[in-house]
Amino acid sequence: MSDEPFFPFLMSIMPHLGKGTLMTVELTIISVGIGVLIGIFGGIARVSKRPLLFIPSTVYVEIIRGTPLLAQLFIVYFGLPSLGINLPPFTSAVIAMGINSGAYVTEIFRGGIQSIERGQMEAARSLGLSYLQAMRYIILPQAFKRILPPLGNEFIAMLKDSSLASTIAIAELMRVGREITSRTFRSFEVLAVVALMYLAITLPLSLIVRYTERRMSVSD
Amino acid sequence: MIRLEKIYKKFERLEVLKGVDLVVEKGEVVVIIGPSGAGKSTLLRCVNLLERPTSGRVIFEGIDITRMDGREIDRVRERIGMVFQHINLFNHLNVLDNVTLAPVKVKGLSRSEAEHIANSLLARMGIEDKLYAYPSQLSGGQRQRVAIARALAMQPDIMLFDEPTSALDPEMIKEVLDVMSSLVKDGMTMIIVTHEMGFAREVADRIIFMDNGYIVEEGSPKEIFSNPKEERTVMFLSKILY
Repeated sequence: MSDEPFFPFLMSIMPHLGKGTLMTVELTIISVGIGVLIGIFGGIARVSKRPLLFIPSTVYVEIIRGTPLLAQLFIVYFGLPSLGINLPPFTSAVIAMGINSGAYVTEIFRGGIQSIERGQMEAARSLGLSYLQAMRYIILPQAFKRILPPLGNEFIAMLKDSSLASTIAIAELMRVGREITSRTFRSFEVLAVVALMYLAITLPLSLIVRYTERRMSVSD
Repeated sequence: MIRLEKIYKKFERLEVLKGVDLVVEKGEVVVIIGPSGAGKSTLLRCVNLLERPTSGRVIFEGIDITRMDGREIDRVRERIGMVFQHINLFNHLNVLDNVTLAPVKVKGLSRSEAEHIANSLLARMGIEDKLYAYPSQLSGGQRQRVAIARALAMQPDIMLFDEPTSALDPEMIKEVLDVMSSLVKDGMTMIIVTHEMGFAREVADRIIFMDNGYIVEEGSPKEIFSNPKEERTVMFLSKILY
């Protein structure tokens, strides 16, 4: 099998790599989705004057951004069971990656909210809108548009980092690649193809991000 | 209608307001003038508590609003319209949505009731043909007229104008002042901070001259412009009138 020519070999492993890629994309979408949900509230908390919101959100961001995702992943998958909490691999990965992404997205939202001119909030408040109404109807919609490029970058980063989930037995792209490698010993070819599969997703995405950035700098 | 008592405002170490008292009656038009840095805008922003006075009381219709909690203050702000130097239209909403947002979300009007009010206000402002335009597609004068309509849509009891023409190109100032004059004719209670002295003389029931955090002098336009008593008022007027 291992002296099979490259293209037939590639065709034979492609279905497996395709499934792995789907898993990678699924993992990333769910994780960043959780991240965005956390990030909206985290971002609001980070710009709050209330210590009860500001301090916990800041501590969260600093802890998550200051520790490796791999450690966070292991804590959820290998650490929690010793506290009596057993989670399946996929759930563990999505929780760890979602909480991780949430910290970065929190900072993205914080920046987006702070980039909206103060006058927008003042005008809204002067009309009788509460702080939260002003956030919801005035500040966040404008902030959201501005943070689309950094959110795209976060998605790209998370897509690559999701390869770490291969260490907790999730059959995503990286894991599938390594399994094929250990079966066929054609490490270089297989891993190169795996890397190219990541690139095939990230490259168009980063082009879209750059395009939106350029368009926004013109319209603003 | 509005009574400010001994308003002090400090930013860090800088004392911007140093014990200002001001009463505005229903239907009265009060124009505040003075050099920049005098505390005019800060004083105006204390009326609806966009700026919290460091000390002093703001009494609106007999009630001290500086003691209110956040939700009660929101209810008071509904009744106090404000127009800003930097206009501050909501950039992501079209003209109609800018004007109807607060009546719908704050007052709980139906969409069609709010649009009815918005349509007639915008017609009065002369922008009935721009209902679906976005702020970035309007001239500065049009934007400020939409902002006035947005404030009026809440049917406020009093309107605050914070240098509404200062950020406009010269040829657009008149269209905004004309709209404000028509509000004066309707009997709207107004507090206006402006550098447009001709306009002040024309519409004001009372002129307040502020400098350095104090009200230096107040009186009718005639008293202030033709016969100022305080030296600082004389100095200021001699610099800006020619």
